[in-house]
Amino acid sequence: MSKIHVTTVVNGDEVEFLADPRETLLDCLRDHLGLTGSKEGCGTGDCGACSVTVDGVLVSSCLMLGVEAQGKRIATIEGMANGEELHPLQRQFVEHAALQCGFCTPGILVAAKALLEKNPDPTETEVRYWLAGNLCRCTGYDKIIRAVMDAASEMRGAA
Amino acid sequence: MDFHTPSSFEDASKRAAEATGLTRFLAGGTDVLVQMRSGTVLPDTLIDLKHIPGTQDITRTPDGGWRIGIAVSGARLGDHADLVADWPGVVEGMELVGSTQVQGRATLVGNLCNGSPAADSVPGLVAAQASVEITGLTGVRTVPVEDIPAGPGKTTLSPGDVISGILIPPRGAHGGDAYQRFTPRTEMDIAVAGCAISLRVDGDTITEARVAVGAVAPTVRLVPDAAAALIGSTLDDTAIDALVTAVRAACNPIDDKRGTAEFRTDVAGVLAKRVAHIAYSRAKGDAQ
Repeated sequence: MSKIHVTTVVNGDEVEFLADPRETLLDCLRDHLGLTGSKEGCGTGDCGACSVTVDGVLVSSCLMLGVEAQGKRIATIEGMANGEELHPLQRQFVEHAALQCGFCTPGILVAAKALLEKNPDPTETEVRYWLAGNLCRCTGYDKIIRAVMDAASEMRGAA
Repeated sequence: MDFHTPSSFEDASKRAAEATGLTRFLAGGTDVLVQMRSGTVLPDTLIDLKHIPGTQDITRTPDGGWRIGIAVSGARLGDHADLVADWPGVVEGMELVGSTQVQGRATLVGNLCNGSPAADSVPGLVAAQASVEITGLTGVRTVPVEDIPAGPGKTTLSPGDVISGILIPPRGAHGGDAYQRFTPRTEMDIAVAGCAISLRVDGDTITEARVAVGAVAPTVRLVPDAAAALIGSTLDDTAIDALVTAVRAACNPIDDKRGTAEFRTDVAGVLAKRVAHIAYSRAKGDAQ
C-alpha cells in the first residue's frame, strides 16, 4: 500500500509527513520529523522512553501508528523548554542529578509534566505509581522522585 | 498492509469479511502494535475503528445503564466520576491494566478480545452482567461478556463480527462491586489470580450476587455456585466459607512461572473473601 499523508500539530506547529501505515508515531517523529528526543527503549510499551502526549493524554508513541496522529495535537520533549529557559522539571532534574545516561529522561519529563498538569500536588506514592511505566536503569529512581516533588512544589509556589 | 478507517461499524464488518489474509481491528492498539512489533501477528489488513462516531463516548442509556464506546481508554473511564460511582469494580479492574501510558490508549474491548485468561478488566464486566453489542454481517446482536472468550487468545467472534459497544446495566439502589487481583509486584504486572464480585443488599442481607474469577482457568469464568453462597446471607462466616469453597472448586489453573496451580487456587479463595467484603461495604454505602 502507498504511503498516507498525515497532517498533525507537534509542539504547536502544524507539520505533515508521509507515513507507511505500519510505522509507529515514534518512527514518524524521529525519522520523518527529525524529533529524536523521544527514544525507543523497548518498542513494546514497557519502558516509557518514547512518552508523548496526544491531545493532552500521556501515551507511548511506540504503541500508536503515525497515521493515527492525523488531526491530533502531539507534545514531545522538544516542546518542553521555552527557548533557552528550562521547564522547572528539567531544571530540577539537573539540580538533583536525576539522570545518568539520560536515555529515559525525555520520557520521564514528559510523563511527569502530564502528571503535574492533572495533579499539581501529588504525594510521593502518586508520583511513583504514575511513573511506574518509565524505566530507569541508572538512578534507582529516588532522585527522579525527589526532582518531580520539588518541581511540583516550585510550580505551585510560582502559580 | 491495507489500512482502513471506516465511518460505520457496518462498513468495518464488511471490510473485515471481504479482506483476505490476516485482519485486525485497531482501537487502543496496545496489544496489536506489540504483536506487530514482535512479528507474532503481521496483519494484511488493519481497520482503525476510531473514526466511527460514538467510539470515544461514555453515555448513560435511557434505562439508567451505561454504553461505553469501544475506543474509550482506561484513563477516560477512571476520569468519569458518575461511572466510577456506579461501577467502581469495573473501573478499578481496567485501571490495573498496564502503565499510565498504556492507560492512555488501552480499551475494555481490546482487553476482552485479546483473550487473555488474566485480563484484569474482564471479571468486573462479567460480575456486572455487562454485554457487548456485536455488529456482524447478519446484523446487530447483543451477547453477554462471558460468552466472548473461548480460550487463551481466542474468542467466539466470527469473521465479519466487530464489537460495536459495551453495555453495562443500571446499577440500581444498594448495589456494590469490586475487583482485586494478586500479582508479585504492586503495579505493571499480570494477574496470577483475580476475582470480581457484584452484589445487591436489602438491609444487611445479600439479595443478588455475581462472582467471576480470572487467571485460574482457560477463560475468565462466572461462578454461579459462589454467588449462591452469598445470596440470602449477611456475609457471615458460614457464607464466606461457602464462597471460598465454591470459588476454589471453579478453579482449573495452569502451573507457570508466575504461580503454581495450587497457589492460584488458594489465592483465588482469599481474593473472593476480600472482594466480597469490599463489594458488601460499597453496597451498604459505607466508604470504600
